[in-house]
Amino acid sequence: MSGMKKLFVYLKDYKKETVLAPLFKLLEAFFELMVPLVMAGIIDRGIVDRDMGYIGRMGLCLLALGIVGLVSSITAQFFAARAAVGFSAKLRQALFDHIQDLNFTNIDKAGTSTMITRMTSDINQVQSGVNLVLRLFLRSPIIVFGAMIMAFTIDVKSALVFVVAIPLMAVVVFGIMIVTIPLYRRVQAALDRVLGITRENLTGVRVIRAFHQEQKEEERFTEGNRVLASLQMFVGKISACMNPVTYVIVNGAIIALIYIGAIQVNMGNLTQGEVVAIINYMSQILVELVKLANLIITVTKALACADRVAAVLEIRNEEPGAAKPGVVSEASVPPFLEFDHVSLTYQGAGDKTLNDVNFKVKKGQTIGIIGGTGSGKSSLVNLIPGFYPATEGTVCLEGSDIRSIPEEELRNRIGMVPQKAVLFKGTIRSNLQWGKSDATEEEMWEALETAQALEVVEGKAGGLDAEVAQNGRNFSGGQRQRLTIARALVRRPDILILDDSASALDYATDARLRAALRRIEKETTTFIVSQRASSIMHGDQIIVLEDGEVAGIGTHEELLERCQVYQEIYYSQYPEKAGDRPEGKNQPEKRNEDGSANAVTGGAGGAVKNTDGTGGGAAGDDKGEAGAGKGGR
Amino acid sequence: MSQKETIVKVLRYIRRYRFRVILSLVLAAVTVALTLYVPILTGDAVDLIIDKGLVDMPGIFAIMKKIGVVMILTAAAQWIMNTCNNYITYHVVKDIREDAFHRLENLPLKYLDSHASGDIVSRVIADVDTFADGLLMGFTQLFTGVITILGTLIFMLVTNVPIALVVVCITPVSFLVARFIATRTYSMFKLQSETRGEQTALIEEMIGNQKIVKTFSREESVKQQFAQINDRLEGCSLKAIFFSSITNPATRFVNSLVYAGVGIFGAFVAIRGGISVGRLSCFLSYANQYTKPFNEISGVVTELQNALVCAGRIFALIEEEPQVPDAEDARVLKDARGNVALDHVYFQYTPEKKLIQDFNLKVKPGQRVAIVGPTGCGKTTVINLLMRFYDVDQGSIAVDGTDIRKITRGSLRTSYGMVLQDTWLRAGTIRDNIRMGRPQASEEEVIEAAKASHAHSFIKRLPQGYDTVITEEGGGLSQGQKQLLCIARVMLTLPPMLILDEATSSIDTRTEIRIQKAFAKMMEGRTSFIVAHRLSTIREADIILVMKDGNIVEQGNHESLLAQGGFYSELYNSQFAI
Repeated sequence: MSGMKKLFVYLKDYKKETVLAPLFKLLEAFFELMVPLVMAGIIDRGIVDRDMGYIGRMGLCLLALGIVGLVSSITAQFFAARAAVGFSAKLRQALFDHIQDLNFTNIDKAGTSTMITRMTSDINQVQSGVNLVLRLFLRSPIIVFGAMIMAFTIDVKSALVFVVAIPLMAVVVFGIMIVTIPLYRRVQAALDRVLGITRENLTGVRVIRAFHQEQKEEERFTEGNRVLASLQMFVGKISACMNPVTYVIVNGAIIALIYIGAIQVNMGNLTQGEVVAIINYMSQILVELVKLANLIITVTKALACADRVAAVLEIRNEEPGAAKPGVVSEASVPPFLEFDHVSLTYQGAGDKTLNDVNFKVKKGQTIGIIGGTGSGKSSLVNLIPGFYPATEGTVCLEGSDIRSIPEEELRNRIGMVPQKAVLFKGTIRSNLQWGKSDATEEEMWEALETAQALEVVEGKAGGLDAEVAQNGRNFSGGQRQRLTIARALVRRPDILILDDSASALDYATDARLRAALRRIEKETTTFIVSQRASSIMHGDQIIVLEDGEVAGIGTHEELLERCQVYQEIYYSQYPEKAGDRPEGKNQPEKRNEDGSANAVTGGAGGAVKNTDGTGGGAAGDDKGEAGAGKGGR
Repeated sequence: MSQKETIVKVLRYIRRYRFRVILSLVLAAVTVALTLYVPILTGDAVDLIIDKGLVDMPGIFAIMKKIGVVMILTAAAQWIMNTCNNYITYHVVKDIREDAFHRLENLPLKYLDSHASGDIVSRVIADVDTFADGLLMGFTQLFTGVITILGTLIFMLVTNVPIALVVVCITPVSFLVARFIATRTYSMFKLQSETRGEQTALIEEMIGNQKIVKTFSREESVKQQFAQINDRLEGCSLKAIFFSSITNPATRFVNSLVYAGVGIFGAFVAIRGGISVGRLSCFLSYANQYTKPFNEISGVVTELQNALVCAGRIFALIEEEPQVPDAEDARVLKDARGNVALDHVYFQYTPEKKLIQDFNLKVKPGQRVAIVGPTGCGKTTVINLLMRFYDVDQGSIAVDGTDIRKITRGSLRTSYGMVLQDTWLRAGTIRDNIRMGRPQASEEEVIEAAKASHAHSFIKRLPQGYDTVITEEGGGLSQGQKQLLCIARVMLTLPPMLILDEATSSIDTRTEIRIQKAFAKMMEGRTSFIVAHRLSTIREADIILVMKDGNIVEQGNHESLLAQGGFYSELYNSQFAI
């Protein structure tokens, strides 16, 4: 319920409609409620007095009531539709805008697939809920209470039956609603499980068949399916009570009305026609309640969905920590980019992803970032455009804390090539315009050339105007990657970040790309994140990360001299170079002994030990193997 | 599949519950009869309440008692009938879903690879649900609706033919009005759903890739793009919803015409004494009840048609040709030694595109076979054939001298330990995932396997360790970590043969080397097939198959292939061309 209340804000532009729609409904109901009165007149005066003219006049009156009812009802529908459609359009836009404005932390928290469902199926449910409420739901209470009021105008004693019956029915209707709402939620959960198992068996079909688990999967499915069916049965039994119980109440009331009516008529307080009218009113209530019962499920579903939509709207971006004012660096000329004791802890994560990272970058330098899976490479470069605020320390661009630079200004100076190569529906041109909305033809071709993507564009009919399908499905992984690089280059960024962006390229193309990047005229500071030593070894500085900490910074040669982690990475990729490895110059020699010991005690044991972070053993192992490989050649 | 065939198939599912169906039908008739009886009783009572002093109290009491009994009976019959209908519907749905899933487990990979999984899921879930709704509605409303119409018609004709004719003549008008509106609004609804589809596509694209939107500060332009579609959607939604919502008032108007007609005509008849006032009031309430089912039935019919379309889609899935079952005399492969022989194998996915042609390979126990080549060259196809996910078109594949088509699929597949690049984990705990191939494995064995695959250290750091629940997409875990879990899963089963399809592509090279060492230990004496694009991974292989465009272009070991100076050496050298 509360979710819906929060969403009502989006109805405020439709105040007129939300008032007029029920008002005309009320009018329609009023005319409908007049009908039994007219009928009572026909019986009491027309039939009893045999007044044909009166019957004729009343007949026309009934017809007129019908027409007026029709007109006011259509008017009501019009306003209701306008309010409901307008409301959901506003809500949809607001939700979309809101999601667009969420920061990375909140995007991670909410989850992409959840937000897409909220945006689509949940909002549609809410729309049909609002629509139903405005169009039909309000009608029922109006008719129910209207019928009661009309009964009062005829006979107070009879009307008291309504006063008892209506709350009783309300208790039944709402009671069943309250009991079944959580049950329907459980049904939905059971259905989700059946859906989950089905999807798993499609996406994981190879693994399941490889492990010969078909039989067990069927058992799992049968069990989930059985639970679903029995829950549905259970809820079904309860909601199946709605109609019979209301039927009993209404007919009980009719019995009471006949009894009271009989006594009243006998005493001369009431006429026969009036009794018929009162009974008619009661029947009208029954018809309305049956309709209401059919709508309730839709409305309860809409309420649940409204909660889910409201939950997304409630996510607020936290303010990133206040920026340190002024120039941070003591140096007279601040470095172009500086990480000053930067740590990053993702929200909800226990451990620090980056811990006390320090480095300085000069303008125009190429920085390589290398490290193992999960060592924090991407997290580090994501701090530069301020996607995540540093939990500790500061990132400074030209001496000022990036938190003090307006977001858009900062991001416009940066060309980012994300890990996932995504293109958007449109044309190659429209995709490149993401990088720079007013890019000239020349700028585009230049960017494509640097990104080694000329052949991609030339290979497609239409050149720059070649169509791009959703998610760039009509391009291969390597092609997409090169186009995303071009997209970042087209804006001629001050800082170019390639986040493992060449993984789908073969080594030759990768090498050509890096050579082309070096030729760019403008002084561009480039960050290259990679697992391939070959991609970063020519950088001016290489940052080696290990478990979120900097294991070494320097040039390829320097690191090969003194950084053990880097050595391991490099030699694991270039085993034949291991022979050129400088001997006896540094620590690894000592470790070599441990390593040999491990190799002797057995690979598996050594491996187990390594996982616990004793890198030394692994180093020895690696070297041992590399050596052996060389020896065998 | 024609609609008639679909109906026959639905009936076949329902037949299992035929007693409940009969009970439900009987109860529907009873409910309707009793419901129609109440207005008669009420009418009779009204006839006993004529005027001051002209009230037959004892008669009224008798009728009141009757109404009470009828009402209790109606309510009971209605409830039992509803429960019956629920039972039938949900059980039929359960049966259909089970059959669909059973078929899913036995469909050839060829079908599953060529059909979007989303489409199949929506058949099993959404289509079955729509079918259930339609079936339930059909049961509850169609039967009672038809019986109500028939019942009221008979009663009205028996009571008074002229008034009945008035009702019969006017009612179909509401039917026509509803039809008229429905056909006019069809195109509006179509436009609405098209626009909605367009909007959903934009939502999926932009929210799905929102980080990129933000990276390029494109939020405002994306919002505008959305607003533009949203405005259009608002416009066509308004039309569709408004015009379709006229149906209700319009049919209600027709109903009030019927009511007025019965009132006036009835009153004239009553004056001539052709009908009592009580009967007339009864007639009036019938006039309401008679028209109501007409409106409902038109709704139910569209719903049912919809349900049949959905049922057709599910049956199409259920009736899909399953994979050829294991031969009767199929051998159970136990402790395979690892002799694998491919003999003049031909295979292609589609008749138009030739793929593997006259492929011969003999692998001795314990040999390591590496398959290399550029992306899309058909490396995975070889694995599909080895695992018998696909059957060869010509030639044969034999394990330990037996044609794999004469080995049970289960035993063949469990003889291979397979790790694919496309890491797949199921929703559940880490432990359950590792134990997938051997659910009875002990805790120590699980940890042992995790340690061997270097997954133990990161699992230990997870909040609940081995009990951490991961979602279907393996949420929270990196690609590399997921791959480690997949490796642990295979390590636990210790199969006699191994297939590694880019199994370490997302793992950093250092960890990869450690894992390979664990694999090497595990693979000792085991035949293994390795697909990789990192050439460093495959250098040690006994046999290297070099593939290009679906064909095996070169075959040999690292040294001999390099010496050949062909495609392999080209690939290998490009790695170091900097």
